[in-house]
Amino acid sequence: MSRLYAENLTLAYEQAVVATDLGVEIPDGSFTVIIGPNACGKSTLLKALARMLKPKTGGVHLDGKLISSYRSREVARRLGLLPQTSIAPSGITVGDLVARGRYPHQKLLRQWSSEDEGVVTESMRLTGVLELSGRLVDELSGGQRQRVWLAMVLAQQTSILLLDEPTTFLDIAHQVEVLDLCADLHEDKQHTLVAVLHDLNQACRYGSHLIVMRPGGEIAAQGVPSEIITAELVEDVFGLPCRVIDDPESGTPLIVPNARKKRSEHDGPVAVHEHAAL
Amino acid sequence: MSPVVTGRVLRTRSEAMSVRVAGRSVSVCVGIVVVLLVVMCATLMTGEYQLSVGEVLGAVTGTGEGSADFIVNTLRMPRLLTALFVGAALAASGAILQGLTRNPLGSPDFIGFNNGAATGALLVIIVFGGGMYQIAVGALLGAIITALLIYVLAFSRGVHGFRFVLIGIGLNALALAVNSYLITRASLYDALTAQAWLVGSVNGRGWEHVAAAGLAILVLLPLALYHSRSLAMMELGDDSAKALGVGVQRSRAVLIVVSVLLAAFATAAAGPIVFVALAAPQLARRLTKSASPGLISSALMGGLLLIAGDFAIQRAFPTAQLPVGTATGCIGGLYLIWLLASEWRGKARYS
Repeated sequence: MSRLYAENLTLAYEQAVVATDLGVEIPDGSFTVIIGPNACGKSTLLKALARMLKPKTGGVHLDGKLISSYRSREVARRLGLLPQTSIAPSGITVGDLVARGRYPHQKLLRQWSSEDEGVVTESMRLTGVLELSGRLVDELSGGQRQRVWLAMVLAQQTSILLLDEPTTFLDIAHQVEVLDLCADLHEDKQHTLVAVLHDLNQACRYGSHLIVMRPGGEIAAQGVPSEIITAELVEDVFGLPCRVIDDPESGTPLIVPNARKKRSEHDGPVAVHEHAAL
Repeated sequence: MSPVVTGRVLRTRSEAMSVRVAGRSVSVCVGIVVVLLVVMCATLMTGEYQLSVGEVLGAVTGTGEGSADFIVNTLRMPRLLTALFVGAALAASGAILQGLTRNPLGSPDFIGFNNGAATGALLVIIVFGGGMYQIAVGALLGAIITALLIYVLAFSRGVHGFRFVLIGIGLNALALAVNSYLITRASLYDALTAQAWLVGSVNGRGWEHVAAAGLAILVLLPLALYHSRSLAMMELGDDSAKALGVGVQRSRAVLIVVSVLLAAFATAAAGPIVFVALAAPQLARRLTKSASPGLISSALMGGLLLIAGDFAIQRAFPTAQLPVGTATGCIGGLYLIWLLASEWRGKARYS
């Protein structure tokens, strides 16, 4: 069994059930990417894996125990999460924000050991924000800010990192920058990464393991991108007719949506039929 | 190695202990304490009977003779200490709530703790005809019940700051209406007593008031300080705080209870004194240039505001025995206008 897996999950907000009977396993040392159409429950699944959302049934297991049986600090020493939205307190410096990542390792009278200092410096160096440490977070660009948040999660020193849409709101160059950084962490540091991404091609390029979710919170497929991504799967899950070719750069699957004309041909008879029914 | 975090780090040699201290906060606190001591001395020395420093010191250390001893220890000191503790308690309560709701308007006087306490006190004065102690108990219960109502009404998948403030403002209006109604039903004498209580005052406060407010601070402030690290983490948003191992819901519940009790005890001791809870944390925050109001600096600032207000009122209107609530209302109102105006200007610059 891997360090992090979930069985028979039923996930719901109040009465609204997002997913039922969900089972996923996050292979150790993998860069797992969760993809799926909007509102299919990707982020909800990630929240459940990070014990931010309590499942109605089933359970998430971390290092052989139910995640809900740990104290929250203990979980925070084993598993880090970068949520979709984090708020930087106004007027905080980069160094101070990254230092907050040390919270699960600190005590009331042990607020800043030299170990804390070393880990925070190293996290900032890895994410390339060390020279920004004295700057205010408010003054940074979106890409820099996202690297600062990553540094904060790294300062937690967990070997499992969960990232909820880490590339949202970033332009393409910064998206690639953040994903490259994730790939470095995965390859060089042997961290296990789980990320929710929107871009299928990025998911295929960076992910070593994909979890494809369908609307209604079902798992459509999971496995190595090149083995599971087919035109049929993409059309089935996203309702998008497409071709899957080899990415000329990386050799991973590249999803090319069909041209508009071809798509309307594809949809044509259905549309006529609907019209006739009216 | 250049430090990556702001502030000073103090460590024991074996690193068993290490603390981070923000230099500016410490100097601001020391500064406030100095001003505080000056105003306290001035308050004890001046008045209808002028006393020298020696006489005051003698009375404080218990070696003073008759009249000075009576004036300091029976008349002036209890009033001064009540003002100090009540101001500190209100400011700490405000600092906690403003931090929790991430909103400067999330202070006890806006979200109904004070008016709820007043409802409790008025019920005791007008309906049950109770005395000083019963009024204090009524105020305490009024504030706690109001807070419970807000908590229950705002609770849905946890308590969220903004909803908490909005529901509090609604309940505040409701409590105000009930208070007005109670006063219209009261006899003239009761209405006068009620009105005097409603403005908030430290006139004629004795050692029992000092004990109540002081005890509240002694017990509740350390509890709040213990949880203030979680409070600082919650500034990152609930999800981030939780992800970093903060017991968000539990810390928030404890902090809300502490904040309510601080405001309730303060109000029970001195009536609903407005604006200290709102203004003191914001002033402290601006002086320390920190992202959120610090507890200690806010509490000191609150104590200073109240004793300075009381001192000003005693000297400016020596015969009128004006309640301190009028001074804090006046200063606080002006401050609020300035705060909002400058914040809006600031926003306009960035948009």
